[in-house]
Amino acid sequence: MSLHQRARILLSLLMVSSVVVSMSACVDDPDSGRADGDTIKVGVLHSLSGTMAISEVTVRDSELLAIEQVNAAGGVLGKKLEPVVEDGASDWPTFAEKAQKLISEDRVATTFGGWTSASRKAMLPVFERNKQLLWYPVQYEGLESSPYIFYTGATTNQQIVPALDYLKEKGKKTIFLVGSDYVFPRTANKIIKAYAGANGMRVIGEEYTPLGNTEYSTIVNKLGQAKPDIVFNTLNGDSNVAFFKQLRSAGFTADTMPTVSVSVAEEEVAGIGPANVAGHLVAWNYYQTTPGATNDAFVTAYRAKYGADKVTSDPMEAGYNAVKLWAAAANKAGSVEVDAVKKAAAGISLDLPEGKVTIDGENQHVYKTARIGVIQPDGQIKEVWNSGQPIKPDPYLKSYPWAAGLA
Amino acid sequence: MGALNQLVIGASIGAVLLLAALGLTFTFGQMGVINMAHGEFIMAGAYTAYVLQPLAGGQAVLAALPVAFVVAGLLGLVLERVLIRRFYGRPLDTLLLTFGVSLILQQLARDIFGAPNVQVRAPGWLTGGVDLGGLRIPYNRIFILVLAVGCVVGISWYLARLKQGRRMRAVMQNRQLAAVSGVATERVDQLTFFVGSGLAGLAGVALTLIGPVGPTLGSAYIVDAFLVVVAGGLGQLRGAVIAAFTLGVLNSFVEFWTANGASFAKVVVFAVVIGFLQVRPQGMFVLRSRALS
Repeated sequence: MSLHQRARILLSLLMVSSVVVSMSACVDDPDSGRADGDTIKVGVLHSLSGTMAISEVTVRDSELLAIEQVNAAGGVLGKKLEPVVEDGASDWPTFAEKAQKLISEDRVATTFGGWTSASRKAMLPVFERNKQLLWYPVQYEGLESSPYIFYTGATTNQQIVPALDYLKEKGKKTIFLVGSDYVFPRTANKIIKAYAGANGMRVIGEEYTPLGNTEYSTIVNKLGQAKPDIVFNTLNGDSNVAFFKQLRSAGFTADTMPTVSVSVAEEEVAGIGPANVAGHLVAWNYYQTTPGATNDAFVTAYRAKYGADKVTSDPMEAGYNAVKLWAAAANKAGSVEVDAVKKAAAGISLDLPEGKVTIDGENQHVYKTARIGVIQPDGQIKEVWNSGQPIKPDPYLKSYPWAAGLA
Repeated sequence: MGALNQLVIGASIGAVLLLAALGLTFTFGQMGVINMAHGEFIMAGAYTAYVLQPLAGGQAVLAALPVAFVVAGLLGLVLERVLIRRFYGRPLDTLLLTFGVSLILQQLARDIFGAPNVQVRAPGWLTGGVDLGGLRIPYNRIFILVLAVGCVVGISWYLARLKQGRRMRAVMQNRQLAAVSGVATERVDQLTFFVGSGLAGLAGVALTLIGPVGPTLGSAYIVDAFLVVVAGGLGQLRGAVIAAFTLGVLNSFVEFWTANGASFAKVVVFAVVIGFLQVRPQGMFVLRSRALS
């Protein structure tokens, strides 16, 4: 086959696929019929391959567990839920494409999915255009409130701001920011700088590395020279393993170079090696060790289904919560129709593994308790501080004077 | 002081680059095969250390070195026998083919070992480091440097002194002439691929000391590895050595002297390599032979 022929075949393939995509995009999409069968289909859309699979596969697992439990408890509107699992493949356009597929081909009643902000931003217009619901289970940078997304992870005032309050209380004056180079760390660091400026703290360094970066000796050297009171770590994914291994082997411990991380949970600790990261701080809303019968039951059920050596983490719990919250809202509404669910969801309050979780009807985020933890040598995280009560979500930080101008 | 620190750090980055790229000097450099699955052989090496951990305990990294060489080597051999040999002389097809293989291997690792990163514990004698006037050089970096240098010495010896090595060079320099002189070129191809892939396995074991061990481990290094081989000149061991350390030091200095340097350093390194290849498309060193002209 000549190069010319090959190019023509490639071109026609591309044309066919773009026609298919645009056809599926113009399917008129009424709500009717989404619960007509014997079962109600729900979409589960996470990266099961590619670089993000490392984080998202277990969120899918916990969502499937929640679906199983909802079914065991009688289902939604008396019908069983039938999960339709799709792979976003760590590729943002694929997330948009699969979301459209779930909505128009599988006719799912709702979708649980996404991890990176990039994937959420890619799916957002799809769900808004089709007037369908997405439940997004990961802490994120805030400054968003789509009427067609429910956010069950923390927004900044439920994770980053309480972490800063904690550091201030501990007398930390100088902060060094280390993060991956994309929207979440950059937005988070903007917030941190505004907070520091208003609270007598000083940001003495700010470093970003490409996603997936594995070489941190230079940054560790910079940290050693800057000697900050605390390193605020917003690295994501694999990079955390490299960063903490190299920080440790350069001779720094949690005592000599303390860090606080917002994307390192139990699973990441296992990958880093607890010995390399013990003593460092993390900020989340849930730990496997969070006390309470609901969490005990969640951990037991998860391990029974997926293996006794498995750990549970904050994003997994938020995904689990999303399923439970949607099921409760649909049952309360007596319908899976989007507007009815949205209306019923406002104010719904459930006892979930992290404690009491209430949906804020206004911005469709949830009230969450902020928790600061210390990583233990056995890989678990011990809570050392919490906010006492669930914090009202404030994605645009409107209630914080120092944050004026950030949004 | 900062400059000296960064020189040392640059050397250790260079050692990592070199180790990841050494295998490619064989498969890409000697045979001209663009093997995108090379990164996954690195990953296979890393997982070998993980698998051996229950048996070898804290010394898994050491025990895994020879095993990983064989495991990754065999993977490479199978790939060469089953697929690549049918595509010799078709570099673009090979590229697509091996890219597909790399995705399959990644997913396979994910299915076998699970999607999250796993932990390979470093041996006790590799934790800690030497203090050098304000800078601490971790033992694991020294280990990687020693391993890289050891590999380079071993390869040079192999190519120059051993019968198999000389045959490999002969086939590379002039395949037809080697064949008519009685060299079984197919066997040589197999051996070259085995050794090249095996070296990737060694790199994988060493990388468990400093980085993540997960299904996408290899893709973090593959581009840099190709960069080193191309900049150094195809099939040129000393070129790869010089290129790796030059790029490592360049990277560490740019990153250190610029604010938010990590991304910028990558840009500079790529720009320098592109610029360099404009001036010397053949890389730092070039093999002079009639067969290649």
